[in-house]
Amino acid sequence: MELLSGADMIARFLKDEGVERIYGYPGGAALHIYDALFRQDSVQHILVRHEQAATHAADGYARASGKPGVVLVTSGPGATNAVTGIATAYMDSIPMVVLCGQVASHLIGEDAFQETDIVGVTRPVVKHSFSIRHPSEIPEVLKKAFYLAATGRPGPVVVDIPKDMTAPTERYEYVYPKKVKIRSYNPVTRGHSGQIKKAVDMMLKARRPVFYTGGGIVTGRASEALTDLVQRLGFPITTTLMGIGGYPQGDRQSLGWLGMHGSYEANMAMHHADLIVAIGARFDDRVTNNTSKFCPTAKIVHVDIDPSSISKTVRADVPIVGAAGSVIDEMISLVQGREPANPEALGEWWKSIDGWRSEREGKLYEPSKPGEALKPQEVIEAVYRATRGEAFVTTDVGQHQMFAAQYYKFAKPNRFITSGGLGTMGFGFPAAMGIKLSYPQDDVVCFTGEGSFQMMMQELSTCKQFDVGVKIVNLNNQSLGMVRQWQDLNYKSRHAHSYMESLPDFAKLIEAYGFTAIKVTTIDELAPALERAFADTNELVFLDIYVDPFEHVYPMQVPLGSMRDMLLSKTERT
Amino acid sequence: MRHIISILLENEPGALSRVVGLFSQRNFNIETLNVAPTEDPSLSRLTVTTVGDDRVIEQITKHLNKLIDVVKLVDLTEGNHIERELMLVKVKALGAARDEVKRTADIFRAQIVDVTPSVYTVQITGDAGKLDAFIQAMAPIGILEVARTGVSGIARGDKLLTL
Repeated sequence: MELLSGADMIARFLKDEGVERIYGYPGGAALHIYDALFRQDSVQHILVRHEQAATHAADGYARASGKPGVVLVTSGPGATNAVTGIATAYMDSIPMVVLCGQVASHLIGEDAFQETDIVGVTRPVVKHSFSIRHPSEIPEVLKKAFYLAATGRPGPVVVDIPKDMTAPTERYEYVYPKKVKIRSYNPVTRGHSGQIKKAVDMMLKARRPVFYTGGGIVTGRASEALTDLVQRLGFPITTTLMGIGGYPQGDRQSLGWLGMHGSYEANMAMHHADLIVAIGARFDDRVTNNTSKFCPTAKIVHVDIDPSSISKTVRADVPIVGAAGSVIDEMISLVQGREPANPEALGEWWKSIDGWRSEREGKLYEPSKPGEALKPQEVIEAVYRATRGEAFVTTDVGQHQMFAAQYYKFAKPNRFITSGGLGTMGFGFPAAMGIKLSYPQDDVVCFTGEGSFQMMMQELSTCKQFDVGVKIVNLNNQSLGMVRQWQDLNYKSRHAHSYMESLPDFAKLIEAYGFTAIKVTTIDELAPALERAFADTNELVFLDIYVDPFEHVYPMQVPLGSMRDMLLSKTERT
Repeated sequence: MRHIISILLENEPGALSRVVGLFSQRNFNIETLNVAPTEDPSLSRLTVTTVGDDRVIEQITKHLNKLIDVVKLVDLTEGNHIERELMLVKVKALGAARDEVKRTADIFRAQIVDVTPSVYTVQITGDAGKLDAFIQAMAPIGILEVARTGVSGIARGDKLLTL
């Protein structure tokens, strides 16, 4: 029998759970735990410079690896600083375990120094939360936290740990719980066979089908199965922003992603479809546009592991609750040896889709001419080529995020890492940091803007301490581009607070941390800058690329319209 | 339409706040809420009445089921059920009104459980409609205070809400 203090149990549990790295920031209520971490060398602790960055770094790691990211913060401000990152993970269903120090049990409720009811504060943005009430329950509660975070529809779990629970003098028996059971939690994996059969029959009879798949394919590790199913059937497929990479984007059957800034052909195909097969997607408002005008001629098959996602915003004709991988496997076995019943109709359908494709080909944006400001789109395309499409790509939020999603083509899942649901500016840089630490051989590129980057730029210091060689591509348009775009379109170009005056000299700022920065203002400077930036995978390089501040993201769905109602450029609309 | 949802909830600190928080977070409506321990000390039974169309009720039950602390639930209004609420009412009881309160209480099978020279405290159980009707009947006499428990309910017949 092994007797350990609560703090040592936490360190030991993390090791036994196979956690290699955690992200955090110490403080009074967490000091026993930090002392336990100091006395072991199995789990590496990455000291961030702001707790929000710890959550984004853990989140980035989780999205790239599929395993839960782990965060350790202290009580009060440490915990509240983490809230934005917890909410970010919650909205995108990312597995994360957040260990929060708390004031000692006898002080709870007395407005003690650095006391916050963090379980209460985070309640709407966690999958579940725990408060430790006795040191002996630490191993089991932590196991439950990891189990809940990573299974079913994944999400963040907060564990609140009062300081006396980790006191070095109180020792209890430690046994690593290999398994836990929670009587009220039994996530469904297999879908209803009758419903799956019904869905497959509809798929084979469909005349204008389209797959619409989301983040559930990525978190459910179902992209190989999905690719198999889609290619057997020969149907077109569009993914959500979160689902990017779930199906190889370079393939002919891929229509790219859909929704507010989705591709013209994806949105047109959705609008005209007679069958939509939605898997691991949640009919989010940035996808559907006006739900009352959404896909008027389509029947909807909706597969999701979370029953509450089904028929939440758009009524499903065939609801299937189940894990994407398992349901797709069952669909494949039912499709085997059968052919679509209407090959001619499908041929016509592809003709329409190819027509939409060719309508927009070569018209997506106008590349810059020598001497002109660079277009953000051409920068993304150049980075795509420089990294052979193989980098991990993180983004912040705004125009650059949409351009990155549009012009970097992803062949694999877990490579496009973006805050889709919450839309958290500041996410990209710490997320890239979290990925790079675990994937040192890979290029990790953070596309950002001067607005987003300034929200988390303190993490340059963390990168220096831990030698984290991410590539930061700052699409500098000296304005909050997406806000400005909306002001152009909806507020007669009254640019209320969407300018960025008093920007730092980024090159000097980066150099102050001992890193390399390259300023790029014209197209001929771009290629050499990229060559320099990607010469060494493990060197942090910051590219400050001045781009056209007047560029807009298109297509853009028209507010309150249907899927097909889009602005295509500053002068064209559907 | 009005629905009565009964929930078996882990008897854990904070469990109730997750249920109540869910309703406000997702803009669902709570008309009444009633919660107490069951014969199993690890479980509480919570009954909530809410109003919404089929789509909203479906979302309410799905989201409640998603809460880790919710062990099991049933929408009692989907089948035959018994609905009861208890109410304590203080009524002005002076002069002729004393008899009037007593008579009306008898008609409703209510009991007078506390008496002062000027006030009767009446206890009444029934479904929400009966309690509303009693309040209406007493209003002209002069209601001083009302305390209602909120609806509790149970399915008729062999149907059980247990683990």
